[in-house]
Amino acid sequence: MNAAFPLMGNSGAAASAATSKSRVAAEGSTTSASGANTLRMKATKVNFYYGKNHALHNVSLDVATNRVTALIGPSGCGKSTLLRTLNRMYETLRQTRLEGEIALDGVNILTMDVTNLRRLVGMVFQKPNPFPKSIYENVAYGLRINGHVGRLNEAVEKSLRRAALWDEVKDKLQKSAYALSGGQQQRLCIARALAVDPEVLLLDEPCSALDPVNTAKIEELLFELKPSCTLVIVTHNMQQAARVSDSTAFMLNGDLIEFSPTGQMFTTPSDPRTEAYITGRFG
Amino acid sequence: MNARLMWRKTLNVTMLSLTGVCVLITVSVLFFILGYLVYNGGKDLSWSFFTRLPAPVGEVGGGMANAILGSLKLLFLAALFGVPIGLLGGVYLSEFGGRTLPFIVRYTADLLNGVPSIVIGIFAYALIVMPMHHFSTLAGGFALGIMVIPTVLRNTESFLSEVPSSLREGAFAMGANKWKMVATVVLPAASRGILTGVLLALARVAGETAPLLFTAFGNRYWSPGWMQPTSSLPVIIYTYATGPYEDWHRQAWAAGLVLLGLVLVTNILVRAFLSRGTSFERS
Repeated sequence: MNAAFPLMGNSGAAASAATSKSRVAAEGSTTSASGANTLRMKATKVNFYYGKNHALHNVSLDVATNRVTALIGPSGCGKSTLLRTLNRMYETLRQTRLEGEIALDGVNILTMDVTNLRRLVGMVFQKPNPFPKSIYENVAYGLRINGHVGRLNEAVEKSLRRAALWDEVKDKLQKSAYALSGGQQQRLCIARALAVDPEVLLLDEPCSALDPVNTAKIEELLFELKPSCTLVIVTHNMQQAARVSDSTAFMLNGDLIEFSPTGQMFTTPSDPRTEAYITGRFG
Repeated sequence: MNARLMWRKTLNVTMLSLTGVCVLITVSVLFFILGYLVYNGGKDLSWSFFTRLPAPVGEVGGGMANAILGSLKLLFLAALFGVPIGLLGGVYLSEFGGRTLPFIVRYTADLLNGVPSIVIGIFAYALIVMPMHHFSTLAGGFALGIMVIPTVLRNTESFLSEVPSSLREGAFAMGANKWKMVATVVLPAASRGILTGVLLALARVAGETAPLLFTAFGNRYWSPGWMQPTSSLPVIIYTYATGPYEDWHRQAWAAGLVLLGLVLVTNILVRAFLSRGTSFERS
């Protein structure tokens, strides 16, 4: 794996990525954006600490381009923590520390400008968290804070279409986002994240607050997004991981126990702990 | 057994009536004051009361236009001094502070809130009136502004901390930096509560007399600009009510009615405004 994807750890490339507004992909010749077997993100020997609490132990993860990677494991195993290292969301918490390297298209994200990184790596949360603004302004938010002014109709429509929400809201774009149902709010949050055209979309248990119908809609949406976006999803629901993902990582107590193609993981897991978990013996 | 039951019933009725009477007294105090003011001051209220200067002693009629305008000018200055400091201080406490400093600031603000208003008057006297060698609207507005700061600060802080942290996370995940997050998401979400607090703080200091006695002083005529002594409703009430003339007493009643009406209307409007709910969803 490493040989096929040499990390561009040198600071020159990293610095230019931090200042350049162009996609990170343009930086290196090692990646082609739509290649089936390339890696979009790569975490190498990541150790993470909340204060003195050592939450991730030497975790390495490969996120394949235009694939869905699922993170499963019992509560508190570090799957959300791992997800939040991928866009450096942990930095909003006090006393956190990360060791190791995480690369996005070959560039170390720790050296990137965080605003730029989060444009490229979007995030959707467990509970829908639309802003107290209109539907339109929610979707336009990412573009606005990046300096776009005036009308953004086209971008808003495109994002809402990608999130399969356009038909439901096209007549009430100026209404408050809170007028929408929970499932619609979650798709609005996805549209908001998609508006800045991210390379990677991180989803932190996006369906845990939704009913089965809305869950199915989101899962369908993930399939539709796959050709244009790389997805990483944390889920409590093993059936969901089996349905939507191409590869699955099983985590336990801060260790990444097993990382393999989803079909293999759920039929012939190599680690006994994985088998115990997915057959429901604990967790 | 029977005697005990009797005793219990008597005690029950007594306590219930006692609490009821206390409630009645509390409520009736306001209505008694209101009624008394309307009875005594209502008949002296006329158009000229709002448009004309005080008449010379012995002459019937005249108004308090200069005091009403003076009070408004003082409140404007108080808002100008106090609101930005209180508002930004509150933003700091809620969004940017660490642990120790906010504790100290909060404690100081509460102490400042408890400082007798006459002491704040002396402070403004020493700081502005003494060096300038004359009373002024500026000094009065400054004194009132100081009294506005702690109220606005604490109120802003409490409304900001009520904004769910999921909204902050959402903004961070879109690549907003801290100030952008506060300015585009948190402040708009709490704006209604903050505005309410500002209006209530201003309504409270509108009736302050003590800090104006030796800062804004008083004036029987118009007070052009900001550098001259000015009349104000609370001070003119004090002067007229303690004066020796029957006509002054009636005018003082009318002024009291106008002042109370102003404060009451602000209060009711603010409460009606706030009762329409917060602009974010409560979980």
